[in-house]
Amino acid sequence: MIVGLTWLIAFQLLGEVTVQVLDLTVPGPVVGMLYLFVFLRLRQPAADAPVLRAGTGLLRHLQLFFIPAGVGIVASFGVIGADWLPILVAMLGSWFLGLAVVGWTSTGLERLLGQPRDDQPRTPRAAR
Amino acid sequence: MSGGIDGLVETVLDTLRTPLGLLGVTLVGYQLGRWLQRRSGEHPLVQPVLVAVVVAGMAITLLDVAYDDYRSSTELVAFWLGPATVALAIPLHRQADRLRGFVVPLVVAVVLGAATSIVSAVYLARWLGAGEVLQETLSTKAATTPVAIALTDSLGGIPPLAAVFAIVIGIFGAMFGPATLWLLRVRDRRARGLALGAVSHGVGASRMLLENETEGAFAGLSMGLTALAISLLLPVLALWVF
Repeated sequence: MIVGLTWLIAFQLLGEVTVQVLDLTVPGPVVGMLYLFVFLRLRQPAADAPVLRAGTGLLRHLQLFFIPAGVGIVASFGVIGADWLPILVAMLGSWFLGLAVVGWTSTGLERLLGQPRDDQPRTPRAAR
Repeated sequence: MSGGIDGLVETVLDTLRTPLGLLGVTLVGYQLGRWLQRRSGEHPLVQPVLVAVVVAGMAITLLDVAYDDYRSSTELVAFWLGPATVALAIPLHRQADRLRGFVVPLVVAVVLGAATSIVSAVYLARWLGAGEVLQETLSTKAATTPVAIALTDSLGGIPPLAAVFAIVIGIFGAMFGPATLWLLRVRDRRARGLALGAVSHGVGASRMLLENETEGAFAGLSMGLTALAISLLLPVLALWVF
């Protein structure tokens, strides 16, 4: 576990350094993710390699790591106050539009470029 | 010993206010969420992160702990978001074959999606009478939390509020995203992951990872690319929309 976590933190550090040097607004871990992806493609480690085991273990509990930021909602009730309606509509409307644009653009272009569509279960139930 | 019970209660409450106590409340809230999720037959509305936020939020309100104190007490938990984000490369590596023939649709969709998220949030908020500071704060909400904070700061919005918006839309996406995608008839698993990652970043990806690796992998990738697209597009779009 510790060996795998060391690898993940090393890639995160590499990402942080890149972000600092190139003065990017993208977070270090996102750049670290790209580095790890390239590394995994080139090295093709065995399925039980420490970095894969540790990473898969962390991802199983990804929601846990968002809780501290999420509790910040408690502190923001006062700020939201009278502006709740524009906030609600802008959040939900923009979320829905973004979802539809990305979903439809990617599937539409796939069809346009003549690429066969990937696995496509017909109903939510069949997807399970 | 007339004050014995009161004294004990006071000691327990004071212990809960320590970093260890607040960390414990957070972990117990998360486990309660996971238990409820299993008990409800994996109902999409029961997301562990939501249950835990409610539990911890009520706890710090009742214990009268300031959010900043809670935040620094639970740094140990929040820290792992970094390495876990790096680890999103793993499902993508396993699903790399599915990138074939999908790179062009993926890039175009993410860029259009980022622009749509920014512009629609600003105009909807303005239409309903929100001030410019609030419009700026809302414009970054589709980006993952650290990006939303940094960009909102550079625009002149309210960074802590941007973090809250990002996390709320993330949890909302985890609850309603997959069902909405069925309604929109988006069936390709790659496109489904891409779409949810583009509007609900890592929190959306966290649900998909547990249900389907293809969806989870593409949601993780989309989270990263959307962070990049929003960072690049926002300074340009800001000249036009604000």
